[in-house]
Amino acid sequence: MTAPLLSVEGLVKHYLSGGFLSRATPPVKAVDGVSFTIAAGETLGLVGESGSGKSTVGRAVLRLEPPTSGVVRFEGKDLATLDAATMRTTRRRMQIVFQDPLGALNPRRTIGDSVAEGLIIHQLASKRDLGDRVAQLLEEVGLDASYAGRYPHEFSGGQRQRVGIARALAVEPRFVVCDEPVSALDVSVQAQVLNLLLDLRDRRQLAYLFIAHDLAVVQQVAHRVAVMYLGTIVELGPARSIISTPRHPYSQALVSAVPDPDPARHRSRIVLEGEPPSPAAPPPGCPFAPRCFHPRRDTRCSAERPALRTIGDRDVACHYADS
Amino acid sequence: MTALLEVQNLRISFPRRDTTPLVPVDDVSFEIHRGEVVALVGESGCGKTLTGLAIPRLLPANAVLGDRSRILLNGADLCSLNERALRDVRGRRIAMVFQDPMSSLNPVMRVGAQIAEAITAHARVSSAAACTRAVALLTEVGIADPGARVDAYPHQLSGGMRQRVMLAMALASEPDLLIADEPTTALDVTVQAQMLELLDTLRQARGMAVLLITHDLGIVAGRANRLMVMYAGRVVESGATAALFAAPAHPYTRGLFASIPRLEASTERLTPIPGSVPPPDQWPSGCRFHPRCQAAIARCTVERPGIEAIGPEHDVACWVAGGVGE
Repeated sequence: MTAPLLSVEGLVKHYLSGGFLSRATPPVKAVDGVSFTIAAGETLGLVGESGSGKSTVGRAVLRLEPPTSGVVRFEGKDLATLDAATMRTTRRRMQIVFQDPLGALNPRRTIGDSVAEGLIIHQLASKRDLGDRVAQLLEEVGLDASYAGRYPHEFSGGQRQRVGIARALAVEPRFVVCDEPVSALDVSVQAQVLNLLLDLRDRRQLAYLFIAHDLAVVQQVAHRVAVMYLGTIVELGPARSIISTPRHPYSQALVSAVPDPDPARHRSRIVLEGEPPSPAAPPPGCPFAPRCFHPRRDTRCSAERPALRTIGDRDVACHYADS
Repeated sequence: MTALLEVQNLRISFPRRDTTPLVPVDDVSFEIHRGEVVALVGESGCGKTLTGLAIPRLLPANAVLGDRSRILLNGADLCSLNERALRDVRGRRIAMVFQDPMSSLNPVMRVGAQIAEAITAHARVSSAAACTRAVALLTEVGIADPGARVDAYPHQLSGGMRQRVMLAMALASEPDLLIADEPTTALDVTVQAQMLELLDTLRQARGMAVLLITHDLGIVAGRANRLMVMYAGRVVESGATAALFAAPAHPYTRGLFASIPRLEASTERLTPIPGSVPPPDQWPSGCRFHPRCQAAIARCTVERPGIEAIGPEHDVACWVAGGVGE
């Protein structure tokens, strides 16, 4: 097997809070030991609820925030060991698309300038070709090339997200982190942007880390899915099988909670008790134990944290997932 | 039997300087019966939130209601009531829950006191009795350890708990109608499931009617008795939820269904609706959906389709799907 494009091993990101004028508080364990790989052209969906650490994983992978510990390898190289110049050239091949494109675009620059910025920084186009390249990129994401002179506020949410995508693509990345790219969009527009991301993936052989809270959205794009809960991956495997037969109790609850636009079909609905605990004070054993409904849940669950282990076609972090 | 709420020809306009007024809600009519759940579905900018606000007359001061607009609660027109009489309707007869509980709660007041305030506003009770009732309401909305939570400030609660507090306040005066505007949109999916379940339990226990305003067709299925789909300020399709889900008729409704990612979906791509929702100052003539509609005919661009029955409990406003005059 060829080496994966991206490999993440034991990624940890803790945030310290307090300590200067207030009493030091225990660190917030946003990401607590996460490992996965992504092959070239592959999409890994990262699903979880707010506070599960999924966005932090995306940012730490790109070293937008340096991880507390753990190794991130991109194209076989450990990103932590790269010098600044090599990191800059490597960054060109790893990009990010954010949830809110209005926050990610400079309101006082035309969208043409925003898209051109990466081309100029990485010297990917001569001054003479710049206009043509920008026009090409805008057309590739389904925008009219004549829009280049307009400002972000002149566009709808879906169009702005297209600009955000064009900007990420400008530098010809191999890997793109998509952080909730469609959750701020109206449903009718959401499908347009999802289809665009799929077209671009096929055309450019892109690998995506697709971060979303909505499993139904993720299953449209992801080959494999990782389910996160409280800073750890609780289940990782092929998208179709995790969605059709989730094994971890949390994945089961998540699948059953997805609103189903078909009143005729009655899926069994699992309504969880309570809410996720704070990542500043995670429970000692399995992070899901306090809300777990598995019939075999016992003292082991609240004492010993289950490691990810392979069961059939996937990895599950549950002591009793095979029973 | 008269309906609990009857909205007739609701038209909301905002006057503008030097130009024609903006009309974000145009000729919307519907009714809600006791104990019934009616869903109002649409994308951002379709006028669903303004429609909800118009019912308890909570629109911004510069909004103007149309001459023919009537909002009848048990037959009495809310449009003719003065502010004092309206205060009695709001909270006691009609209560509202909004999407973002943090901006609806007072950040410097304990939640118990805020619930007690909602109680004493409509009933002459002692503050001690109001406090006891606040604890009972928190218990009813499923907050663990309500005796301690009454003393919490909003920032000390999670999003799901804050939304439960809002619901407790809304229920304080036992309203006949609860207007829930995107009540679960800001919540995580597993918490959303809890909240919808709770809303259902409370409605059944109290026989309260609910107007559920949402962009998410998924949460409507199996919860609402009837459903209205709004596009660009008008109702384009309405009917019994089962009938409408079984055979959506309006091209916009069909487009919405084809756009929703589903868990059971095949590997096929979604079919999006081309274009995006136009802002209210750029609404097209005729049927407002025609520039995005695959089925549009010449008539759609000039003449507005009226809402017509196409089956029992199923109405649609479309020249093509309605087959009117063909």
